[in-house]
Amino acid sequence: MTTTKEPATGAPATESATTETYLPNQVLSHTSYNVVGTRPIRHDGVDKVTGRAIYGADIRLAGMLHGKVLRSPHSHARIKSIDTSKALALPGVKAAVTAADLSEAESRTIDLGEGSGNVRWLQDNILARHKALYKGHAVAAVAATSAHIAEQALKLIEVDYEVLPAVSTVEEAMRAGAPLLHDDLTTESLGEQTDEHSNLAKHFQFVLGDPDKAFAEADVVVERVVTTATVHQGYIEPHAATAAWNADGQVTIWCSTQGAFVVREQTAKVLQIPVSRIKVVPLEIGGGFGGKIPIYLEPLAALLSRQSARPVKLVMSRAEVFQGTGPTPGSWMRVKMGATRDGRLVAGEADIRFEAGAYPGSPVGAAAECVFAAYDVPNGRIDGYDVVVNKPKSAAYRAPGATQAAFAAEQVVDELAEKLGLDPIDFRLKNSAKEGTRRVDGPVHPRIGSVEVLEAAKAHEHYRSPLEGPHRGRGVAHGYWFNVGLESSCTINVNADGTVNLVEGSTDIGGTRASVAMQAAEVLGLGAHDVRPAVVDTDSIGFTAVTGGSRTTFATGFAAIKAAEDVIRQMKERAALIWEVEPETVVYEGTTFTSPARAGDTLSFKEVAAQLGDTGGPVTGRANVDPPGHGGAFATNIVDVEIDPETGKVQVLRFTVIQDAGKAIHPSYVEGQMQGGSAQGIGWALNEEYFLNGRGEMVNASLLDYRMPTALDLPMIDTVIVEVPNPGHPFGVRGVGEVPIVPPPAAVANAVAHALGKRPDVLPISPRVVLEMTGQIE
Amino acid sequence: MTTTPARATKAHVATRINGEETEFLCEPQQSLLECLRDVVGLTGTKEGCNDGNCGACSVLLNGRLVNSCLVLGVEAAGKDVGTSAGVATPAGLHPLQQAFLEGAALQCGICTPGFILAAKALLDKEPNPTEERVRFWLSGNLCRCTGYDKIVRAVMTAAGMQRGAAGARPGGAAQASAEATR
Repeated sequence: MTTTKEPATGAPATESATTETYLPNQVLSHTSYNVVGTRPIRHDGVDKVTGRAIYGADIRLAGMLHGKVLRSPHSHARIKSIDTSKALALPGVKAAVTAADLSEAESRTIDLGEGSGNVRWLQDNILARHKALYKGHAVAAVAATSAHIAEQALKLIEVDYEVLPAVSTVEEAMRAGAPLLHDDLTTESLGEQTDEHSNLAKHFQFVLGDPDKAFAEADVVVERVVTTATVHQGYIEPHAATAAWNADGQVTIWCSTQGAFVVREQTAKVLQIPVSRIKVVPLEIGGGFGGKIPIYLEPLAALLSRQSARPVKLVMSRAEVFQGTGPTPGSWMRVKMGATRDGRLVAGEADIRFEAGAYPGSPVGAAAECVFAAYDVPNGRIDGYDVVVNKPKSAAYRAPGATQAAFAAEQVVDELAEKLGLDPIDFRLKNSAKEGTRRVDGPVHPRIGSVEVLEAAKAHEHYRSPLEGPHRGRGVAHGYWFNVGLESSCTINVNADGTVNLVEGSTDIGGTRASVAMQAAEVLGLGAHDVRPAVVDTDSIGFTAVTGGSRTTFATGFAAIKAAEDVIRQMKERAALIWEVEPETVVYEGTTFTSPARAGDTLSFKEVAAQLGDTGGPVTGRANVDPPGHGGAFATNIVDVEIDPETGKVQVLRFTVIQDAGKAIHPSYVEGQMQGGSAQGIGWALNEEYFLNGRGEMVNASLLDYRMPTALDLPMIDTVIVEVPNPGHPFGVRGVGEVPIVPPPAAVANAVAHALGKRPDVLPISPRVVLEMTGQIE
Repeated sequence: MTTTPARATKAHVATRINGEETEFLCEPQQSLLECLRDVVGLTGTKEGCNDGNCGACSVLLNGRLVNSCLVLGVEAAGKDVGTSAGVATPAGLHPLQQAFLEGAALQCGICTPGFILAAKALLDKEPNPTEERVRFWLSGNLCRCTGYDKIVRAVMTAAGMQRGAAGARPGGAAQASAEATR
């Protein structure tokens, strides 16, 4: 491998990529608190470094059976019959289910907890009924006394398929006369349901101003068509679900999920039972990135448990994860932008076509909302197309849709700057979105940190450092993600020793127990470790939406703040009782209660807590929130690459990510999100893709052949946290989880363009693509 | 029921896991990973791919770092198996575990036990690795959350902690073993 950061012998890595005056991982903060903004050890940390934490596959119940799923070997086939009788006859096999075991739901769109969806499609994705729509589509499941027997049983299930021609890309699927996935799918066009049968599920359009006139008047116009490959979220923990269907009809599900309540909601709809019959116990989750919002195994485990009257556990293999879950869509995009000679953007036009996978519902809407949202584009037209193809139903992946859109738009922006002879950051600064800028899709930006992020990038040592040597290039890109708010619940119980237990419903994928508990601690005047957070099941906390949309630290943190304020209100009442004063006179500051009616007296939080038993019993603070003021987030990347002219390999030499966190509650875990999102973006840029054979079947469904970045592929990923407080949150928090994946593929593409003098028009920019660009292969 | 149970098909394996004499029964085709997780109950050893490409199931077999999904359970007979459950001692966390916690070198945590074992295997042999060496050594372990930055730093921090602890004693072990690897 090419190395450029070879540290001097034994030198710590932190010094190798920096100059004497420069410190990595800066936090540009203007506010300070007691707990918020510090870096305590996370509450669940010891369990996770010792291996004691219990993840989805780690659970074991008495009498538990092991299930396996039979999946379609064809990317498109009609299922003529399924016979499980031989499998059921195998000793040790206790249950076998197919779509016939699910009563077919009405085809209608309902709220599924993560937005709306058609419940029949959801059912069909769990167990194919009439057609298998992708290689890996579940068609049957069995449960047996061991996983090995269950595997043998799969081979005894007889499925009669009529293999059909498949479509793998947007272009193929939209071609006239293309094989149709769904007999009953008609196109929704510009809000109207047409009677056109096609693979195009939906076409929508946003228009702002008069783009045609603006393009006609622009001095410089750049237009590009790009495509991106289908990629997977790539979490290291495969999906796992265990269910116990009791004789009284109550179902308990233990699983690894981003949202226990969404599992409950969707499983109830698939099984057509009330949500009150299901309890979902979220176990630790080994990564999700959006891919563990949908359900796959939960209804199967429940059905197998009902049939066998025993608990059933299902765990996917890695190949099943690639072929039966995720991915994020491949895309075809055309982006055109125009500017005046003095560097002012005047018009933008985007045509964005996404693979939805087997059922409608790609994130093309989010792509359309984000494609120009980082800039003031006064005239624009954005067309979005949601297209079904013979691939797994696409799932969210970290800022879903925005990364593909940025790959297209940020290359056009970069080329415009080049044509205008402007510094790429200056050009972006000049046209940056600000508070009050109207997006092409309608909304007006509230207070955002786009300008501040770009300014911090421009001031960064990396941007000013020389980049010498042949075959090297530097690229920048800027990205936006809107983030979400949604519902969260939190309760806080006060212990007699003055500590508190915090109960929440947000599964913790990357340190949110800490970031939520720290916000409560700040309000309560306690230390971070005086608040003990617990993530509990759906019977034990109010509704809480998924850990997704970068919402947890914002919205569940918001709930924790409100619950802590409720605790303080009640603790004031107790102090008032102790002092025999009016509760309204009690003030809580720092860690001390005072009252003008008892001048000179103080009670600490701990002292009041110790007297709860004598003053009316326990104190529980609670809050249920749906905070509206989630703030959007921006990230900018600076990346240096070196291209090996012989092999076409692109090596990332140096990478810096600058991002607005609003307020970093736990800066280490904010940096972690920035670094992790960047690494995923680099993988998307350079290596990752679904390889399909001529029959549309994925042929690289392993972690050897689907190449995610290793430690050896990456440099240190330097971070700068910018803090432009979000007015919609008491501490100014903005979601940080998603936006860091938005700019990396575009930044890498811009760096490659500067190294080669040619622009890549496809992701990933694999060695083959580079060698094609340099003309070494055709 | 009076039917005779089927003939025994399982192998009896006598091994030592984390220093403790352990016996278990397994089917001949079961991997060591499966035996550790499903038979012995050591679920701290994780499965990410079951084909040797992610390192989540890393264990030490007679001190050598292996993917336990690529070793049969019966192959553990008569050998020493070190798993994530044996890294901490009653005296406290291992410096690597402490450094991972303090350096926020984990997010979801599913790959963490594997990384800690892999890093331990490195530091046991090379107490003063370069960043490049750490990256090379850990390239068999996939992490999808962190981008590796904080993991690499934590391993180097832990190396420093161990050298510091060893150097405080006369004729410190770190120095001795550093010389041994030259």
